[in-house]
Amino acid sequence: MSAPPELSGTGPAHREPATADDDAPWQRLDVRTVAVTAVVFTGIAVLGGVPTTIGVGSATSVGTALAWVLPGAGLLIGVATLTDYVRWRRTRYRVTATHVEVRTGVLFTSRLRLARERIRAVDLSAHILLRWLGLVRLAVGTGEQGGGGAASQALVLNPVPRGEGERLQEMLLDRDVAGSDSRDARRLATWRARWVWYAPLSLWTMGIAAVLIGVAFQVTDWFGRGDLIVRVVLDLAATHGWGRVIAVGLLLVLVVAAVTAIAFQLEAWWDYRLDRERGGMLRVRRGLLTSRSVSLEEDRIRGVDMVEPLGGRLAGAARVQVVATGLGSQAEAQTGLSTLLPLAPRAVAQQIVREIIGPPAHEVSLHPHPRGALIRRLRWAGWIILALVLGWVGLFALGPVPVWALAGAAVLVVVLIVASLRHAYDAASNLGHALTPALLASRRGSIRRSTVVLHREGIIGWQVRQSIFQRRLGLATLVAVTAAGRGRYPVVDGSVAQIQELADQEMVGLLAPRGEGSGAGAPDGGAPG
Amino acid sequence: MGEARAATDQAGAAREPEVVNLRPPSNRYDSRVVGWWRARLALGFAVVITPLVILGLLISPARIWLLTPAAIAGVIGLVLTVALPTWWYRVHRWEVTERAVYTRTGYFWQSWRVAPMSRIQTVDTTRGPLQRAFGIATVTVTTASSAGAVAIAGLAHDDAERVSHELTLITDATPGDAT
Repeated sequence: MSAPPELSGTGPAHREPATADDDAPWQRLDVRTVAVTAVVFTGIAVLGGVPTTIGVGSATSVGTALAWVLPGAGLLIGVATLTDYVRWRRTRYRVTATHVEVRTGVLFTSRLRLARERIRAVDLSAHILLRWLGLVRLAVGTGEQGGGGAASQALVLNPVPRGEGERLQEMLLDRDVAGSDSRDARRLATWRARWVWYAPLSLWTMGIAAVLIGVAFQVTDWFGRGDLIVRVVLDLAATHGWGRVIAVGLLLVLVVAAVTAIAFQLEAWWDYRLDRERGGMLRVRRGLLTSRSVSLEEDRIRGVDMVEPLGGRLAGAARVQVVATGLGSQAEAQTGLSTLLPLAPRAVAQQIVREIIGPPAHEVSLHPHPRGALIRRLRWAGWIILALVLGWVGLFALGPVPVWALAGAAVLVVVLIVASLRHAYDAASNLGHALTPALLASRRGSIRRSTVVLHREGIIGWQVRQSIFQRRLGLATLVAVTAAGRGRYPVVDGSVAQIQELADQEMVGLLAPRGEGSGAGAPDGGAPG
Repeated sequence: MGEARAATDQAGAAREPEVVNLRPPSNRYDSRVVGWWRARLALGFAVVITPLVILGLLISPARIWLLTPAAIAGVIGLVLTVALPTWWYRVHRWEVTERAVYTRTGYFWQSWRVAPMSRIQTVDTTRGPLQRAFGIATVTVTTASSAGAVAIAGLAHDDAERVSHELTLITDATPGDAT
C-alpha cells in the first residue's frame, strides 16, 4: 500500500495488464453520422445565411449578397461534413470482457480504456434527426468526482444504431445483479400531461419574456428596421392611450412567455418515466424531440432534494432532485441530470422521496428554528429597506424629476418593502431540520425552498459556523459535507442547543483525543494550548 | 441595532449558552506563522503603496493626491500588519485526533471543521517561497467533496512532514472509496 492515496479511490482496474481480452473485434460508429452532420450544418447555414443575405442585400444587391453568402455556407457545410467523415473513419470501439475501449483522433491518436467495473451510468440520448434514423448517442459515466462534467461522461459513442446502443447499455450495466436486488424492479412515476401547467409558474417565465422582447428587437434590426417596434408602440399609444397599450402588451408578452415555458417543459419531459430497474438502478426516460435516458446507480445516492420554487409552492407543486456522487459539476447537478421528477403535485414528490430514501423517510419530522432566525432575516430586510428608501430620497433630492416618476418609484419601493418583509417571515418559518438514526434533513429558502434529506452515512465531513451576529442571537449553522450534489448542505440558523445536539451526535465522537501509542506519535504543535 | 443587542443580551443570559460548546483543538499553529502572515500583509500593502509613492515623487502637480492616500494606506497597513497576525495566531487551532482532522478558525466568523479519517482521499503539503523563508508549511486534507478540504496553513516543516506522513498511512489503510 505504498501507492499515493489518490489512487485508492479509483479501483484496482487501472493497473490490470491488457492481455487475454485482445480478441474482441473493433467496431465502427454508424456512418449515417456524416449525413446528420451535413443536415445540421445546412440548417445552421440557412439560419445564419438568410438574415445575412437580407442584411447585406438591402445595402448592396441580392446578387452581391448571394455571391458572398453561398460560398461561405458551402465551405462551412463542406468542412463540417468532411471533419465528421474523418472522425468516423478514425474512430473504433470495442467492448472486451473487462474494458471498453475507444480509439480516435486524426493527428494525435488517442486510445481510451475504461474498466467496465468502474462504469456507473450509461445514458442514451437522441435528438430528432438521430431518432428518425434510428440512432442514439451513448455516453458512459464513471462517477468520478472533480474535473467537472467532462470527467463524469468519460466515454461517448456518437452515434450507434439504437439496437446496438440498448444492447451495450444492458451489457455494461449488468453487473452482479444477484446480490443487490433488494427492491423490486418497477415504475415509480409516469408523466401526467397536466403537470405541464406548473411550468409557467417558474421565475424563468419572466426571463423568457425578457429574451423574447430582445429577440424581437434583434430580428427587426436584421431587417434594418430596429426602431419598428418602438414606432408601432408609440402609434398604438397615440390612438388607444398608454394604459391600455401597457396592459395589453404585458398580457401578450406574459402569455407568449408562458406558452414558451410550456413548450420547453413539454420538450424536456414528454413521456417521462422513472423506473427502478433490477441491479439497483434508477432510470429516468423523457423527451419529445430529443429523447434522453439517464441511469443512476442507487448505491451512489446520498440523499434527495425536494425543491419548491415559489410559484410552484403556491400551486402545491414540487420537484425532486437526487443528491448522488458522480453526477458531474455543480452546474450540471442543478440542471437536468439530477432531476428525478419535474414539477409535480407535492404528494407525488413526497412519494418519490420516500421511495428513494426508503423506510427511514417516514421518521422525518422537521423541527422549526428559533425566533432569532427571524430576527436575523428581518435585519437583512431592514438593510434592503434602508437602501430602497435612501434610493427614493436620492431620486427626490436629485431635483427636477417628474411627479409621476416619483410616485411610480414610491409604489415600487412600497411593493419591494412588503415583499422583503414577507420574504423574511417566509424564509424564517421555512427553516427546519431533523435528525433520525439514519437521516439528516434540512429545509431552507423562500424563493426556492429546498428540503434536503441526506443519508448520514453519506456525510463525509462536518463544519459548525457561528458568526458574531449569530452568537448574539443564540444561533449557529451546521454544514454537512458530502461527495455528492452541491457538496455542502447546511442546517442554517438553528438555536445553539439544536446545533449542539447535532454536533454531539455527529462530531464529538470524532474528536476524542488520541490515546497513548497510537500511530507515529501525536504532534503537539508549537505553543502550549 | 443597539437596542436589539441589549434585548438579546438580556434574553440570552436567561436562556441558553450562546456559543457552541465544542472543545478547542489542542494545537496552535507554529509561532513562526505570525511572521509569514505579517510578511504577506506587508507585501500586499506594498503593492498598493509603492506605485502611489513613485508616481507621487515623479508627478509634482498631483503629488498631494497621490501621497495622501499612500500615507493613509501606509498607516492602515502598519496597524493591520502589527495587530492582525497576533490576533489570527490566537484564534487558529488544529488537531489530528484518533478519527479525524479537526480545525477551528476565526472569531467574528468562528468555524469548526472536521474531516473524518475514513473519508480523507489526499493529503498535500505545500511550501511557498515565502513560507519556506519562515520555515512553515501548509497541510491540506482533501475529501471526495468539493467542499470538504481542511487546510492547516501554518505548521513547522517537520511537523507538516510528520502529520502528512501519518495521515497518508492511516488513509491508505482505510478501505472504500471515501464517498
